[in-house]
Amino acid sequence: MIRDITLGQYYPADSILHKLDPRVKLSATLAFIAALFVAKGWPGYLAATVFLAMVIKLSKVPFSFMVRGLKAIVMILMITVVFNLFLTPGDRILVQIWKLRITDVGLRTAVFMAIRLIYLIVGSSVMTLTTTPNDLTDGLERLMGPLKKMRVPVHEVAMMMSIALRFIPILLEETDKIMKAQIARGADFENGNLMQKAKNLVPLLVPLFISAFRRANDLAMAMEARCYHGGEGRTKMKPLMYVKRDYAAYGAVVLFLAVMITLRIVL
Amino acid sequence: MKNEMVQAHGLVYEYKKYDEEGREADVTRAVDQVTLQVQKGDFVAILGHNGSGKSTLAKHMNAILTPTGGTMWVDGKDTREEAHLWEIRQSAGMVFQNPDNQIIGTIVEEDVGFGPENMGVPTKEIWERVEESLKAVNMLKYRHHSPNKLSGGQKQRVAIAGVVAMHPKCIVLDEPTAMLDPNGRKEVIRAVRALNQVEEITVILITHYMEEVIYADKVVVMDRGKVVMEGTPREIFSRVDKLKAYRLDVPQATLLAYELKKAGVDLPDGILTREELVEALCQLN
Repeated sequence: MIRDITLGQYYPADSILHKLDPRVKLSATLAFIAALFVAKGWPGYLAATVFLAMVIKLSKVPFSFMVRGLKAIVMILMITVVFNLFLTPGDRILVQIWKLRITDVGLRTAVFMAIRLIYLIVGSSVMTLTTTPNDLTDGLERLMGPLKKMRVPVHEVAMMMSIALRFIPILLEETDKIMKAQIARGADFENGNLMQKAKNLVPLLVPLFISAFRRANDLAMAMEARCYHGGEGRTKMKPLMYVKRDYAAYGAVVLFLAVMITLRIVL
Repeated sequence: MKNEMVQAHGLVYEYKKYDEEGREADVTRAVDQVTLQVQKGDFVAILGHNGSGKSTLAKHMNAILTPTGGTMWVDGKDTREEAHLWEIRQSAGMVFQNPDNQIIGTIVEEDVGFGPENMGVPTKEIWERVEESLKAVNMLKYRHHSPNKLSGGQKQRVAIAGVVAMHPKCIVLDEPTAMLDPNGRKEVIRAVRALNQVEEITVILITHYMEEVIYADKVVVMDRGKVVMEGTPREIFSRVDKLKAYRLDVPQATLLAYELKKAGVDLPDGILTREELVEALCQLN
Protein backbone atom coordinates (compact mmCIF):
# COMPACT_ATOMS: atom_id res chain seq x y z
CA MET A 1 0.00 0.00 0.00
CA ILE A 2 1.21 3.45 -0.93
CA ARG A 3 -0.03 4.70 2.46
CA ASP A 4 2.42 2.62 4.39
CA ILE A 5 5.60 3.91 2.87
CA THR A 6 8.12 5.09 5.40
CA LEU A 7 10.06 8.21 4.77
CA GLY A 8 13.76 8.35 5.09
CA GLN A 9 14.93 5.00 6.30
CA TYR A 10 14.02 4.92 9.95
CA TYR A 11 14.30 1.46 11.44
CA PRO A 12 12.20 1.22 14.60
CA ALA A 13 13.93 -0.62 17.45
CA ASP A 14 14.38 -0.17 21.15
CA SER A 15 18.03 0.72 21.59
CA ILE A 16 20.01 3.31 23.49
CA LEU A 17 20.91 4.91 20.16
CA HIS A 18 17.24 5.37 19.27
CA LYS A 19 16.63 7.10 22.58
CA LEU A 20 19.51 9.53 22.29
CA ASP A 21 18.77 13.19 21.70
CA PRO A 22 18.88 13.92 17.94
CA ARG A 23 21.33 16.76 18.57
CA VAL A 24 23.82 14.28 20.04
CA LYS A 25 23.48 12.01 17.03
CA LEU A 26 23.86 14.86 14.55
CA SER A 27 26.99 16.23 16.18
CA ALA A 28 28.42 12.75 16.70
CA THR A 29 28.00 12.03 12.99
CA LEU A 30 29.78 15.26 12.12
CA ALA A 31 32.57 14.41 14.58
CA PHE A 32 32.90 10.94 13.11
CA ILE A 33 33.20 12.30 9.57
CA ALA A 34 35.82 14.81 10.74
CA ALA A 35 37.68 12.01 12.51
CA LEU A 36 37.77 9.98 9.30
CA PHE A 37 39.63 12.78 7.60
CA VAL A 38 41.99 13.20 10.52
CA ALA A 39 42.93 9.52 10.42
CA LYS A 40 46.27 8.64 8.90
CA GLY A 41 47.73 5.18 8.82
CA TRP A 42 46.44 1.85 10.04
CA PRO A 43 46.02 2.59 13.78
CA GLY A 44 43.67 5.49 13.07
CA TYR A 45 41.45 3.44 10.79
CA LEU A 46 41.49 0.61 13.27
CA ALA A 47 40.21 2.95 15.99
CA ALA A 48 37.46 4.23 13.66
CA THR A 49 36.49 0.64 12.83
CA VAL A 50 36.23 -0.30 16.49
CA PHE A 51 34.12 2.80 17.23
CA LEU A 52 31.79 2.19 14.26
CA ALA A 53 31.40 -1.49 15.10
CA MET A 54 30.45 -0.62 18.67
CA VAL A 55 27.86 1.92 17.53
CA ILE A 56 26.35 -0.54 15.05
CA LYS A 57 26.15 -3.19 17.77
CA LEU A 58 24.43 -0.72 20.12
CA SER A 59 21.90 0.42 17.50
CA LYS A 60 20.30 -3.05 17.18
CA VAL A 61 19.74 -2.35 13.47
CA PRO A 62 20.60 -5.36 11.25
CA PHE A 63 23.92 -4.89 9.47
CA SER A 64 22.32 -5.44 6.04
CA PHE A 65 20.40 -2.16 6.43
CA MET A 66 23.64 -0.27 6.96
CA VAL A 67 25.18 -1.66 3.81
CA ARG A 68 22.10 -0.83 1.76
CA GLY A 69 23.12 2.82 1.60
CA LEU A 70 26.36 1.82 -0.09
CA LYS A 71 24.57 0.79 -3.29
CA ALA A 72 24.06 4.43 -4.16
CA ILE A 73 27.78 5.21 -4.11
CA VAL A 74 29.17 2.12 -5.82
CA MET A 75 29.99 4.09 -8.97
CA ILE A 76 31.72 6.94 -7.13
CA LEU A 77 33.58 4.41 -5.05
CA MET A 78 34.85 2.55 -8.14
CA ILE A 79 35.98 5.72 -9.88
CA THR A 80 37.80 7.01 -6.80
CA VAL A 81 39.56 3.71 -6.26
CA VAL A 82 40.62 3.34 -9.90
CA PHE A 83 41.93 6.88 -10.18
CA ASN A 84 43.86 6.71 -6.94
CA LEU A 85 45.21 3.30 -7.80
CA PHE A 86 46.63 4.15 -11.21
CA LEU A 87 47.37 7.83 -11.08
CA THR A 88 49.25 8.26 -7.80
CA PRO A 89 53.00 8.59 -8.35
CA GLY A 90 55.24 6.62 -5.98
CA ASP A 91 58.71 5.17 -5.53
CA ARG A 92 58.15 1.48 -5.96
CA ILE A 93 56.20 0.20 -8.90
CA LEU A 94 54.30 -2.93 -8.00
CA VAL A 95 52.51 -3.75 -11.26
CA GLN A 96 52.88 -2.18 -14.68
CA ILE A 97 50.37 -2.84 -17.47
CA TRP A 98 51.18 -0.86 -20.62
CA LYS A 99 51.31 2.75 -19.45
CA LEU A 100 49.31 2.24 -16.26
CA ARG A 101 51.29 1.52 -13.19
CA ILE A 102 50.30 0.75 -9.64
CA THR A 103 52.67 2.09 -7.05
CA ASP A 104 52.86 1.28 -3.35
CA VAL A 105 51.62 4.76 -2.43
CA GLY A 106 48.77 4.47 -4.94
CA LEU A 107 47.61 1.17 -3.48
CA ARG A 108 47.70 2.64 0.01
CA THR A 109 45.73 5.79 -0.89
CA ALA A 110 43.16 3.79 -2.87
CA VAL A 111 42.46 1.45 0.03
CA PHE A 112 42.24 4.25 2.60
CA MET A 113 40.01 6.33 0.34
CA ALA A 114 37.63 3.40 -0.11
CA ILE A 115 37.48 2.80 3.65
CA ARG A 116 36.87 6.49 4.27
CA LEU A 117 33.94 6.66 1.84
CA ILE A 118 32.37 3.44 3.08
CA TYR A 119 32.62 4.48 6.72
CA LEU A 120 31.21 7.89 5.88
CA ILE A 121 28.09 6.39 4.36
CA VAL A 122 27.67 3.69 7.01
CA GLY A 123 28.20 6.24 9.77
CA SER A 124 25.51 8.59 8.52
CA SER A 125 23.18 5.64 7.83
CA VAL A 126 23.41 4.75 11.52
CA MET A 127 22.06 8.20 12.32
CA THR A 128 19.19 8.20 9.81
CA LEU A 129 18.25 4.63 10.69
CA THR A 130 17.91 5.40 14.38
CA THR A 131 16.27 8.85 14.21
CA THR A 132 12.74 9.63 13.01
CA PRO A 133 12.54 12.41 10.38
CA ASN A 134 10.64 14.56 12.88
CA ASP A 135 13.32 14.27 15.54
CA LEU A 136 15.92 15.01 12.92
CA THR A 137 14.12 18.22 11.94
CA ASP A 138 13.79 19.24 15.58
CA GLY A 139 17.44 18.53 16.25
CA LEU A 140 18.52 20.51 13.20
CA GLU A 141 16.37 23.46 14.23
CA ARG A 142 17.96 23.56 17.68
CA LEU A 143 21.53 23.02 16.47
CA MET A 144 21.18 25.71 13.81
CA GLY A 145 19.60 28.07 16.37
CA PRO A 146 22.64 30.38 16.58
CA LEU A 147 22.35 31.01 12.82
CA LYS A 148 19.14 32.93 13.52
CA LYS A 149 21.30 35.86 14.56
CA MET A 150 22.67 35.89 11.03
CA ARG A 151 19.10 36.13 9.74
CA VAL A 152 18.97 32.54 8.53
CA PRO A 153 15.28 31.52 8.72
CA VAL A 154 15.97 28.39 10.74
CA HIS A 155 12.52 27.96 12.24
CA GLU A 156 10.81 28.49 8.88
CA VAL A 157 13.01 25.92 7.16
CA ALA A 158 12.36 23.38 9.92
CA MET A 159 8.61 24.04 9.72
CA MET A 160 8.70 23.55 5.96
CA MET A 161 10.55 20.28 6.34
CA SER A 162 8.05 18.91 8.83
CA ILE A 163 5.06 20.00 6.72
CA ALA A 164 6.65 18.34 3.69
CA LEU A 165 6.99 15.16 5.74
CA ARG A 166 3.30 15.30 6.60
CA PHE A 167 2.16 15.94 3.02
CA ILE A 168 4.37 13.58 1.03
CA PRO A 169 2.17 10.54 1.74
CA ILE A 170 -0.97 12.57 0.95
CA LEU A 171 0.43 13.77 -2.36
CA LEU A 172 1.61 10.27 -3.21
CA GLU A 173 -1.86 8.96 -2.65
CA GLU A 174 -3.23 11.74 -4.80
CA THR A 175 -0.75 10.92 -7.58
CA ASP A 176 -1.96 7.36 -7.45
CA LYS A 177 -5.58 8.50 -7.74
CA ILE A 178 -4.96 10.89 -10.64
CA MET A 179 -2.91 8.23 -12.41
CA LYS A 180 -5.76 5.73 -12.16
CA ALA A 181 -8.27 8.32 -13.33
CA GLN A 182 -6.11 9.14 -16.36
CA ILE A 183 -5.47 5.48 -17.15
CA ALA A 184 -9.22 4.85 -17.03
CA ARG A 185 -9.57 7.51 -19.71
CA GLY A 186 -6.91 5.98 -21.92
CA ALA A 187 -3.69 7.66 -20.79
CA ASP A 188 -0.58 5.57 -21.24
CA PHE A 189 2.21 5.86 -18.68
CA GLU A 190 4.15 2.73 -19.53
CA ASN A 191 4.93 2.50 -23.25
CA GLY A 192 7.08 4.55 -25.56
CA ASN A 193 10.62 5.89 -25.34
CA LEU A 194 11.92 8.24 -22.69
CA MET A 195 10.72 11.39 -24.46
CA GLN A 196 7.21 10.05 -24.94
CA LYS A 197 7.07 8.84 -21.37
CA ALA A 198 8.07 12.26 -20.12
CA LYS A 199 5.43 13.88 -22.32
CA ASN A 200 2.79 11.48 -21.03
CA LEU A 201 3.47 12.64 -17.51
CA VAL A 202 2.14 16.14 -18.23
CA PRO A 203 -1.54 15.23 -17.70
CA LEU A 204 -0.47 13.76 -14.36
CA LEU A 205 1.67 16.65 -13.18
CA VAL A 206 -0.67 19.52 -14.04
CA PRO A 207 -3.58 18.39 -11.82
CA LEU A 208 -1.14 17.36 -9.12
CA PHE A 209 0.42 20.81 -9.02
CA ILE A 210 -2.95 22.55 -9.00
CA SER A 211 -4.09 20.42 -6.12
CA ALA A 212 -0.83 20.94 -4.23
CA PHE A 213 -1.20 24.72 -4.51
CA ARG A 214 -4.80 24.55 -3.35
CA ARG A 215 -3.75 22.46 -0.37
CA ALA A 216 -0.97 24.89 0.46
CA ASN A 217 -3.46 27.75 0.43
CA ASP A 218 -5.89 25.90 2.69
CA LEU A 219 -3.13 24.86 5.06
CA ALA A 220 -1.77 28.38 5.34
CA MET A 221 -5.23 29.63 6.25
CA ALA A 222 -5.73 26.86 8.81
CA MET A 223 -2.35 27.63 10.37
CA GLU A 224 -3.13 31.33 10.62
CA ALA A 225 -6.53 30.54 12.10
CA ARG A 226 -4.67 28.64 14.80
CA CYS A 227 -2.55 31.67 15.66
CA TYR A 228 0.61 30.62 13.81
CA HIS A 229 2.86 33.64 13.46
CA GLY A 230 6.36 32.29 13.00
CA GLY A 231 8.81 31.01 15.56
CA GLU A 232 8.72 34.04 17.84
CA GLY A 233 7.07 33.51 21.22
CA ARG A 234 6.38 29.90 20.39
CA THR A 235 6.67 27.16 23.00
CA LYS A 236 7.34 23.51 22.31
CA MET A 237 5.12 20.61 23.22
CA LYS A 238 8.06 18.23 23.08
CA PRO A 239 11.14 20.31 23.86
CA LEU A 240 14.50 18.62 23.40
CA MET A 241 16.19 18.07 26.72
CA TYR A 242 19.48 16.42 27.46
CA VAL A 243 19.48 13.60 29.99
CA LYS A 244 22.35 11.64 31.52
CA ARG A 245 22.83 9.25 28.61
CA ASP A 246 23.18 12.19 26.21
CA TYR A 247 26.06 13.63 28.22
CA ALA A 248 27.63 10.18 28.37
CA ALA A 249 27.33 9.91 24.60
CA TYR A 250 28.95 13.31 24.15
CA GLY A 251 31.75 12.10 26.42
CA ALA A 252 32.27 8.99 24.32
CA VAL A 253 32.40 11.04 21.11
CA VAL A 254 34.93 13.48 22.57
CA LEU A 255 37.05 10.58 23.78
CA PHE A 256 36.96 9.02 20.33
CA LEU A 257 38.00 12.31 18.70
CA ALA A 258 40.82 12.67 21.20
CA VAL A 259 42.09 9.17 20.42
CA MET A 260 42.00 9.87 16.69
CA ILE A 261 43.89 13.14 17.04
CA THR A 262 46.49 11.60 19.38
CA LEU A 263 47.05 8.75 16.96
CA ARG A 264 47.67 11.21 14.18
CA ILE A 265 50.14 13.30 16.15
CA VAL A 266 52.01 10.42 17.74
CA LEU A 267 52.43 8.33 14.58
CA MET B 1 -22.54 44.06 24.22
CA LYS B 2 -21.58 41.88 27.11
CA ASN B 3 -23.47 38.80 26.08
CA GLU B 4 -22.72 38.92 22.40
CA MET B 5 -20.02 36.55 21.18
CA VAL B 6 -20.21 37.61 17.56
CA GLN B 7 -21.89 40.72 16.31
CA ALA B 8 -22.01 41.96 12.73
CA HIS B 9 -23.42 45.32 11.77
CA GLY B 10 -24.07 46.17 8.11
CA LEU B 11 -21.24 43.86 7.11
CA VAL B 12 -20.16 44.04 3.45
CA TYR B 13 -17.41 42.07 1.75
CA GLU B 14 -16.42 42.35 -1.89
CA TYR B 15 -14.14 40.04 -3.83
CA LYS B 16 -12.26 41.98 -6.46
CA LYS B 17 -10.96 40.51 -9.66
CA TYR B 18 -8.12 42.26 -11.43
CA ASP B 19 -7.29 42.13 -15.11
CA GLU B 20 -3.76 41.77 -16.47
CA GLU B 21 -2.90 45.43 -16.06
CA GLY B 22 -3.98 45.36 -12.44
CA ARG B 23 -7.19 47.30 -12.92
CA GLU B 24 -10.32 46.29 -11.15
CA ALA B 25 -12.21 44.22 -13.67
CA ASP B 26 -15.01 42.78 -11.65
CA VAL B 27 -16.42 43.14 -8.17
CA THR B 28 -18.45 40.40 -6.55
CA ARG B 29 -20.32 41.27 -3.41
CA ALA B 30 -20.16 38.06 -1.38
CA VAL B 31 -21.62 39.44 1.84
CA ASP B 32 -24.17 42.21 1.57
CA GLN B 33 -25.35 44.29 4.54
CA VAL B 34 -25.42 41.46 7.06
CA THR B 35 -26.48 42.29 10.59
CA LEU B 36 -26.28 39.41 12.98
CA GLN B 37 -25.93 38.64 16.69
CA VAL B 38 -24.79 35.44 18.31
CA GLN B 39 -25.21 35.17 22.10
CA LYS B 40 -22.61 33.48 24.29
CA GLY B 41 -23.24 29.77 24.75
CA ASP B 42 -25.57 29.52 21.77
CA PHE B 43 -25.57 26.94 19.00
CA VAL B 44 -26.23 28.84 15.80
CA ALA B 45 -26.49 27.24 12.37
CA ILE B 46 -25.96 29.20 9.18
CA LEU B 47 -27.63 27.68 6.15
CA GLY B 48 -27.32 28.57 2.54
CA HIS B 49 -26.89 27.31 -0.98
CA ASN B 50 -23.50 27.36 -2.74
CA GLY B 51 -22.34 30.92 -3.24
CA SER B 52 -24.66 32.36 -0.64
CA GLY B 53 -21.73 33.98 1.18
CA LYS B 54 -21.88 31.82 4.28
CA SER B 55 -18.21 30.78 4.16
CA THR B 56 -17.12 34.35 3.56
CA LEU B 57 -19.12 35.42 6.58
CA ALA B 58 -17.48 32.65 8.63
CA LYS B 59 -14.00 33.83 7.70
CA HIS B 60 -14.83 37.24 9.14
CA MET B 61 -15.47 35.69 12.54
CA ASN B 62 -11.82 34.60 12.73
CA ALA B 63 -10.40 37.78 11.20
CA ILE B 64 -9.08 35.85 8.21
CA LEU B 65 -11.02 38.38 6.15
CA THR B 66 -11.76 41.90 7.25
CA PRO B 67 -14.92 43.70 6.12
CA THR B 68 -15.04 46.01 3.10
CA GLY B 69 -17.82 47.88 4.81
CA GLY B 70 -19.68 47.71 8.12
CA THR B 71 -18.22 46.25 11.30
CA MET B 72 -17.65 42.84 12.85
CA TRP B 73 -17.09 42.46 16.58
CA VAL B 74 -15.86 39.18 18.04
CA ASP B 75 -16.06 39.04 21.82
CA GLY B 76 -16.43 42.81 21.82
CA LYS B 77 -13.33 43.44 19.69
CA ASP B 78 -13.36 45.00 16.25
CA THR B 79 -11.75 42.57 13.77
CA ARG B 80 -10.21 45.42 11.79
CA GLU B 81 -7.84 46.35 14.60
CA GLU B 82 -4.52 44.57 14.06
CA ALA B 83 -3.73 44.68 17.76
CA HIS B 84 -6.59 42.31 18.55
CA LEU B 85 -5.83 39.85 15.77
CA TRP B 86 -4.33 37.04 17.85
CA GLU B 87 -6.80 37.48 20.69
CA ILE B 88 -9.67 37.16 18.22
CA ARG B 89 -8.19 34.08 16.60
CA GLN B 90 -7.73 32.54 20.01
CA SER B 91 -11.26 33.30 21.23
CA ALA B 92 -12.95 32.23 17.98
CA GLY B 93 -11.41 29.00 16.69
CA MET B 94 -12.13 27.79 13.19
CA VAL B 95 -12.58 24.34 11.67
CA PHE B 96 -12.49 24.02 7.88
CA GLN B 97 -14.03 21.73 5.32
CA ASN B 98 -11.14 19.57 4.17
CA PRO B 99 -9.77 17.53 7.08
CA ASP B 100 -6.48 16.74 5.32
CA ASN B 101 -5.57 20.35 4.64
CA GLN B 102 -5.86 21.59 8.20
CA ILE B 103 -3.88 18.99 10.11
CA ILE B 104 -0.30 20.15 10.51
CA GLY B 105 1.27 17.56 12.81
CA THR B 106 2.49 14.12 11.75
CA ILE B 107 1.11 12.63 14.96
CA VAL B 108 -2.39 13.31 16.32
CA GLU B 109 -1.23 14.72 19.67
CA GLU B 110 1.36 16.96 18.02
CA ASP B 111 -1.32 18.45 15.81
CA VAL B 112 -3.60 19.18 18.76
CA GLY B 113 -0.64 20.86 20.48
CA PHE B 114 0.06 23.14 17.51
CA GLY B 115 -2.36 25.91 18.54
CA PRO B 116 -1.20 26.12 22.19
CA GLU B 117 2.43 26.05 20.98
CA ASN B 118 1.74 29.11 18.83
CA MET B 119 0.14 30.88 21.77
CA GLY B 120 3.23 30.29 23.88
CA VAL B 121 1.56 28.06 26.48
CA PRO B 122 4.11 26.36 28.82
CA THR B 123 5.02 22.79 27.89
CA LYS B 124 3.36 21.13 30.87
CA GLU B 125 0.07 22.90 30.27
CA ILE B 126 0.16 21.99 26.56
CA TRP B 127 0.15 18.32 27.52
CA GLU B 128 -2.80 18.83 29.87
CA ARG B 129 -4.73 20.74 27.21
CA VAL B 130 -4.00 18.12 24.54
CA GLU B 131 -5.23 15.35 26.77
CA GLU B 132 -8.47 17.07 27.80
CA SER B 133 -9.28 18.19 24.24
CA LEU B 134 -8.74 14.73 22.80
CA LYS B 135 -10.93 13.37 25.57
CA ALA B 136 -13.64 15.93 24.77
CA VAL B 137 -13.93 14.67 21.19
CA ASN B 138 -13.42 11.04 22.22
CA MET B 139 -10.17 10.56 20.33
CA LEU B 140 -7.77 9.98 23.21
CA LYS B 141 -6.94 6.43 22.22
CA TYR B 142 -5.66 7.61 18.83
CA ARG B 143 -3.20 10.12 20.28
CA HIS B 144 -0.08 8.37 18.97
CA HIS B 145 -1.52 7.58 15.53
CA SER B 146 -0.58 9.22 12.26
CA PRO B 147 -3.46 11.36 10.94
CA ASN B 148 -3.04 9.74 7.51
CA LYS B 149 -4.44 6.50 8.86
CA LEU B 150 -7.62 7.93 10.39
CA SER B 151 -11.06 8.11 8.78
CA GLY B 152 -12.50 11.44 7.64
CA GLY B 153 -14.73 11.79 10.70
CA GLN B 154 -11.83 11.02 13.02
CA LYS B 155 -9.57 13.54 11.26
CA GLN B 156 -12.23 16.21 11.57
CA ARG B 157 -12.57 15.45 15.29
CA VAL B 158 -8.80 15.83 15.65
CA ALA B 159 -9.12 19.23 13.94
CA ILE B 160 -11.85 20.18 16.42
CA ALA B 161 -9.65 19.04 19.31
CA GLY B 162 -6.89 21.23 17.90
CA VAL B 163 -9.18 24.23 18.22
CA VAL B 164 -10.54 23.22 21.63
CA ALA B 165 -6.97 23.03 22.99
CA MET B 166 -6.69 26.77 22.40
CA HIS B 167 -9.53 27.25 24.94
CA PRO B 168 -11.73 29.31 22.63
CA LYS B 169 -15.00 30.89 23.68
CA CYS B 170 -16.49 30.16 20.30
CA ILE B 171 -15.92 27.63 17.52
CA VAL B 172 -16.80 28.42 13.92
CA LEU B 173 -17.20 25.30 11.77
CA ASP B 174 -17.18 25.94 8.03
CA GLU B 175 -18.98 22.97 6.44
CA PRO B 176 -17.06 20.47 8.58
CA THR B 177 -19.08 17.52 7.32
CA ALA B 178 -19.22 18.25 3.59
CA MET B 179 -16.50 15.73 2.72
CA LEU B 180 -17.53 13.00 5.17
CA ASP B 181 -19.64 9.87 4.92
CA PRO B 182 -22.90 9.68 6.92
CA ASN B 183 -21.19 7.96 9.87
CA GLY B 184 -18.42 10.51 10.01
CA ARG B 185 -21.02 13.28 9.88
CA LYS B 186 -22.82 11.87 12.90
CA GLU B 187 -19.55 11.55 14.86
CA VAL B 188 -18.59 15.14 14.18
CA ILE B 189 -22.01 16.61 14.99
CA ARG B 190 -22.17 14.59 18.21
CA ALA B 191 -18.76 15.96 19.24
CA VAL B 192 -19.81 19.51 18.41
CA ARG B 193 -23.04 19.25 20.39
CA ALA B 194 -21.17 17.85 23.37
CA LEU B 195 -18.79 20.81 23.31
CA ASN B 196 -21.71 23.20 23.21
CA GLN B 197 -23.62 21.54 26.03
CA VAL B 198 -20.84 20.31 28.33
CA GLU B 199 -18.12 22.90 27.85
CA GLU B 200 -20.60 25.70 27.05
CA ILE B 201 -18.62 26.84 24.02
CA THR B 202 -20.53 28.98 21.53
CA VAL B 203 -20.89 27.06 18.25
CA ILE B 204 -21.48 28.54 14.83
CA LEU B 205 -22.09 25.74 12.37
CA ILE B 206 -22.11 26.44 8.66
CA THR B 207 -23.66 23.68 6.65
CA HIS B 208 -26.08 22.66 3.97
CA TYR B 209 -27.22 19.46 5.64
CA MET B 210 -30.60 20.11 7.23
CA GLU B 211 -30.37 17.20 9.64
CA GLU B 212 -27.51 18.94 11.44
CA VAL B 213 -29.51 22.08 11.97
CA ILE B 214 -32.41 20.74 14.03
CA TYR B 215 -30.38 20.84 17.26
CA ALA B 216 -29.46 24.49 16.88
CA ASP B 217 -30.83 27.26 19.12
CA LYS B 218 -31.05 29.57 16.17
CA VAL B 219 -30.94 29.14 12.40
CA VAL B 220 -29.84 31.83 9.97
CA VAL B 221 -30.57 31.36 6.26
CA MET B 222 -28.43 33.19 3.74
CA ASP B 223 -29.00 33.76 0.05
CA ARG B 224 -26.86 35.84 -2.32
CA GLY B 225 -24.94 37.46 0.51
CA LYS B 226 -27.96 38.52 2.52
CA VAL B 227 -29.57 37.11 5.63
CA VAL B 228 -33.05 36.15 4.45
CA MET B 229 -34.48 34.16 7.36
CA GLU B 230 -33.68 33.98 11.06
CA GLY B 231 -35.37 32.00 13.83
CA THR B 232 -35.59 28.72 15.72
CA PRO B 233 -35.38 25.53 13.64
CA ARG B 234 -39.11 25.04 14.17
CA GLU B 235 -39.95 28.48 12.82
CA ILE B 236 -37.63 28.09 9.85
CA PHE B 237 -38.78 24.64 8.87
CA SER B 238 -42.43 25.49 9.07
CA ARG B 239 -41.89 27.61 5.96
CA VAL B 240 -41.09 24.89 3.46
CA ASP B 241 -42.16 27.00 0.46
CA LYS B 242 -39.79 29.78 1.28
CA LEU B 243 -36.87 27.42 1.90
CA LYS B 244 -37.47 25.78 -1.45
CA ALA B 245 -37.30 29.19 -3.10
CA TYR B 246 -33.79 29.53 -1.65
CA ARG B 247 -32.89 26.12 -3.12
CA LEU B 248 -32.64 24.47 0.29
CA ASP B 249 -33.98 21.06 1.25
CA VAL B 250 -35.89 20.39 4.41
CA PRO B 251 -35.52 17.27 6.61
CA GLN B 252 -37.48 14.32 5.27
CA ALA B 253 -39.88 14.17 8.22
CA THR B 254 -40.66 17.87 7.83
CA LEU B 255 -41.25 17.48 4.12
CA LEU B 256 -43.58 14.53 4.62
CA ALA B 257 -45.56 16.43 7.26
CA TYR B 258 -45.76 19.42 4.93
CA GLU B 259 -47.04 17.34 2.03
CA LEU B 260 -49.55 15.52 4.27
CA LYS B 261 -50.82 18.84 5.54
CA LYS B 262 -51.22 20.12 2.02
CA ALA B 263 -53.25 17.00 1.25
CA GLY B 264 -55.58 17.83 4.10
CA VAL B 265 -54.20 15.94 7.11
CA ASP B 266 -54.41 18.00 10.28
CA LEU B 267 -50.81 18.23 11.54
CA PRO B 268 -49.01 20.93 13.55
CA ASP B 269 -46.40 23.18 11.91
CA GLY B 270 -42.65 22.69 12.16
CA ILE B 271 -42.21 18.95 12.70
CA LEU B 272 -38.48 18.25 12.74
CA THR B 273 -37.80 14.61 13.58
CA ARG B 274 -39.26 11.28 12.67
CA GLU B 275 -40.31 10.74 16.32
CA GLU B 276 -42.29 13.96 16.35
CA LEU B 277 -44.02 12.99 13.13
CA VAL B 278 -44.95 9.56 14.50
CA GLU B 279 -46.25 11.20 17.66
CA ALA B 280 -48.35 13.70 15.70
CA LEU B 281 -49.73 11.02 13.39
CA CYS B 282 -50.72 8.84 16.36
CA GLN B 283 -52.63 11.77 17.85
CA LEU B 284 -54.91 11.68 14.82
CA ASN B 285 -57.64 9.14 14.65
